[in-house]
Amino acid sequence: MADTNILQYTAKDFKSDQEVRWCPGCGDHGILASLQKTLAEMGVPKERYVFVSGIGCSSRLPYYMNTYGFHGIHGRAAAIATGIKIANPDLMVWEMTGDGDALAIGGNHFIHAIRRNIDIKIILFNNEIYGLTKGQYSPTSAKGLVTKTSPYGTIEEPFKIGELVIGARGRFFARTIDYNLQLSNEVYKAAALFHGTAVVEAIQNCVIFNDGVHDVFTNKEVRDDRTIVLNHGKPMIFGKGRDKGLLLDGLRLKVVKMGEGGITEKDLLVHDAHEPDPGLHYMLAGMQYPEYPVALGVIREVKSQTYDGAMLEQNERVRAKSKIRSVDDLLNSGSTWKVK
Amino acid sequence: MSKRSKVIERDAVVIKFSGDSGDGMQLTGTLFSNTSALFGNDISTFPDYPAEIRAPQGTVGGVSGFQVHIGHKHINTPGDFADVLVAMNPAAVRANARWLTEGSTIIYDSDNFTEKSIQRAGYKADPFVEDKLEAMNLIPAPITSLVKEVLKDMDIDPKTVLRTKNMFALGIVYWLFDSKLKYTEDFIEEKFGKKPLVAEANSKVLRAGYYYAETVEALTPSYHVSPAPIEKGVYRNINGNQATAWGFLAAGEKAGLKIFIGSYPITPATGVLEELALRKDLDVKSLQAEDEIAGICTAIGASYTGRLAVTSTSGPGLALKSEAINLAVMTELPLVVVDVQRAGPSTGLPTKTEQADLWQALYGRNGESPVVVIAAGTPSDCFKYAYEAAKIAIEHMTPVILLTDSYLANGSEPWKIPAMKDLPSITVPWAVRTDEAYLPYKRDPKTLVRRWAVPGMPGMEHRIGGLEKTIKGSVSYTPENHEIMVKLRDEKVERVVSEVPDLQVTGKKSGDLLLIGWGSTYGHLISAATELNEEGYKVSAASFNYIRPLPKNVSRVFAGYKKLVVCELNNGQFANYLRMKHQKFTYHQYNKIQGLPFTIKEIKDYCIKLLEGK
Repeated sequence: MADTNILQYTAKDFKSDQEVRWCPGCGDHGILASLQKTLAEMGVPKERYVFVSGIGCSSRLPYYMNTYGFHGIHGRAAAIATGIKIANPDLMVWEMTGDGDALAIGGNHFIHAIRRNIDIKIILFNNEIYGLTKGQYSPTSAKGLVTKTSPYGTIEEPFKIGELVIGARGRFFARTIDYNLQLSNEVYKAAALFHGTAVVEAIQNCVIFNDGVHDVFTNKEVRDDRTIVLNHGKPMIFGKGRDKGLLLDGLRLKVVKMGEGGITEKDLLVHDAHEPDPGLHYMLAGMQYPEYPVALGVIREVKSQTYDGAMLEQNERVRAKSKIRSVDDLLNSGSTWKVK
Repeated sequence: MSKRSKVIERDAVVIKFSGDSGDGMQLTGTLFSNTSALFGNDISTFPDYPAEIRAPQGTVGGVSGFQVHIGHKHINTPGDFADVLVAMNPAAVRANARWLTEGSTIIYDSDNFTEKSIQRAGYKADPFVEDKLEAMNLIPAPITSLVKEVLKDMDIDPKTVLRTKNMFALGIVYWLFDSKLKYTEDFIEEKFGKKPLVAEANSKVLRAGYYYAETVEALTPSYHVSPAPIEKGVYRNINGNQATAWGFLAAGEKAGLKIFIGSYPITPATGVLEELALRKDLDVKSLQAEDEIAGICTAIGASYTGRLAVTSTSGPGLALKSEAINLAVMTELPLVVVDVQRAGPSTGLPTKTEQADLWQALYGRNGESPVVVIAAGTPSDCFKYAYEAAKIAIEHMTPVILLTDSYLANGSEPWKIPAMKDLPSITVPWAVRTDEAYLPYKRDPKTLVRRWAVPGMPGMEHRIGGLEKTIKGSVSYTPENHEIMVKLRDEKVERVVSEVPDLQVTGKKSGDLLLIGWGSTYGHLISAATELNEEGYKVSAASFNYIRPLPKNVSRVFAGYKKLVVCELNNGQFANYLRMKHQKFTYHQYNKIQGLPFTIKEIKDYCIKLLEGK
């Protein structure tokens, strides 16, 4: 194609002419900026990107990307994205969704896309609230949250997204925070390069209906002590003074202080994102403050065959063996008879 | 061949194979129809089976039947009443007692008419007395014990032995019709090739049944149905679901588009997905989705990338897909939704036929939601209308709902194989890159069709979606814009009328009565009209395939008749649609809502009553 020799994109090339309509201060602005920066760095012709979404604040994002975009219906983005990727595996398909869109009305499509390992990148904006419908609780809202539809507090347990992804046999799960552009950029890049369903939980703040819900671990003063950025092959160290770490105590994770009881860096767990056994990844993805730091970065990244790739191979295999090359061949195959 | 004491030459005969749902009646019926078709008879078949895979043995609810109508004349329906009934148990007699004609032959497995099984079928002591069938030509055959005897020296388990009973019955019927065994023997060979003992057992029993009939000779009279005068060409048998799937393949090849199908299994539509899933050799991409909604949404995604996208379902599934159909309406993407109708509402009668999804197809969505709706008339017709549905969807950038039903899906008939070169061309409205920016909703002034740009085309990046938008595709909440877009989408679908052929009439262009129907009642209506004409009544028939938009000549056709009777397998949905669209006429209705096709007789009886003012 004519455009392939000018792939020196900047983030601006991925900005559409649409006015961005999210609330001032919304975490979505940061996610959009990180994505535009990431895509500019990937060197893939922009006509090969398709941004697909469902319904909700997050799902407006495709309108702001100067790529192909499809704004679907509530909950169905994963299914639409699946169809797009299977139909044309050359495309880079990104799904923008939220905690209500992906986990409530779209829960079925979400788990099945992951199970099949369709090569799509799912950015799940998690603000633990329904924003576009003006503040009702979502499947990730903390138990007891008071909202307009739970005026006396919710009485249901929330999903932990990482556990759900791994439970659905997910191969890629990462977590980032909306305002952390550098971490987001790294995580989105890793997702882009992964072959398979990559789920990124973007911790996102809704300034209007659930402001500060993540502050307990995202606030700049406390975040270093209450989060841990996992890097493949690196020991699990965190804390402002890099003085804390994680190790395995029996079958449970344990936070330890360096130096206490003779603990050194060598005693800590080393992050292996590529380990197929999901056990440790499941524990890491489920860590919550105050018992643990919240895990950020790429938690799980395990190679496996993609569904769309397997389908290409299967079609090729069947075609190589079949005598039917055209519809005429098919119509005349099997039992036929001639009337003279 | 043998000493046949009496051979009856017939224009047409109806045979019904009937037994427990595990008795292999569907296979037996299929083998008999294929054998008859190969001989040159015209045929029409109708399988009728319970929803349960193995319903309680020996009960009327568990009876599975397969009806075949073979003829020396053109055959339009599977026939009203059976001339020959093969009954594997008393329940099969009970289920079919009211569908027999005077002097029908009933061949039954007398071993299975024990006190217990007779009672289980709801009889007290003698089925034939209690259902007043003594005057029928009753042929008891101890099939179970004969089969055991034939296979006693073979090293096979008792279950397999009993499974060959259907072949014995088939052998008897083949003798009765002086048919050749070769097709069935070849089939057995192919099916059980890897289990030579099972193949041998089935072949042995088939021949044993044939020779048993010859020996006892009590079976007389036997039938002879000469080959039908059929147009020259190469033929095959085809059922509605297979024809539907193949119609899409043909349209895809003609348009140069690969096929994608996303569907969820549902009776009686699953055959369409199964057939297309087989065709990876033609590069079909098929996905058995996690639910009905995912089925259509994956298809919409595939359509967005430039595939010919299809989703197949039945009534309950169409209900689940309605929101997504509107997404295709709004994004103006080509999409074919096949609804193989079954009796509803809710789960209803899942294996029985009905035409009650018409309003759902036309109106069952939120907002102003115009789609093209077309319906197939016969099993092989499904090929033509699947092709047409795809052609319209692509050329007019619109979802099309194709209505077939259980009767068409499972019914089969001989079909003259078309050549791809003879099928109408399909032009894809691809967008072409120019110096001007690509506007996704810019329309062809004549057809109002937008141009199709797909991901991967450089310089034409655009966003579409379910929100109302302007011509550029950007979201718009402007009141006037919404009204303009609603009317444009509606008018676009109305203009499909330029592709719709005129309504055809079977019979004279004017008369006392016009039988009107749509879709799968075609065969029954034209047969009823033809027979009434032969009996001196001035009756014609017209069957619709295009529901939205309707053909242009409807008023002209209707004006030629004193009375209009709309016949439907529902409570009057098309009649009311016509009352809205063509208000100046008075419509009579003949409706049947029993999960069964019409009989020609009941339509004729209704017409005669109406014409004679009784």
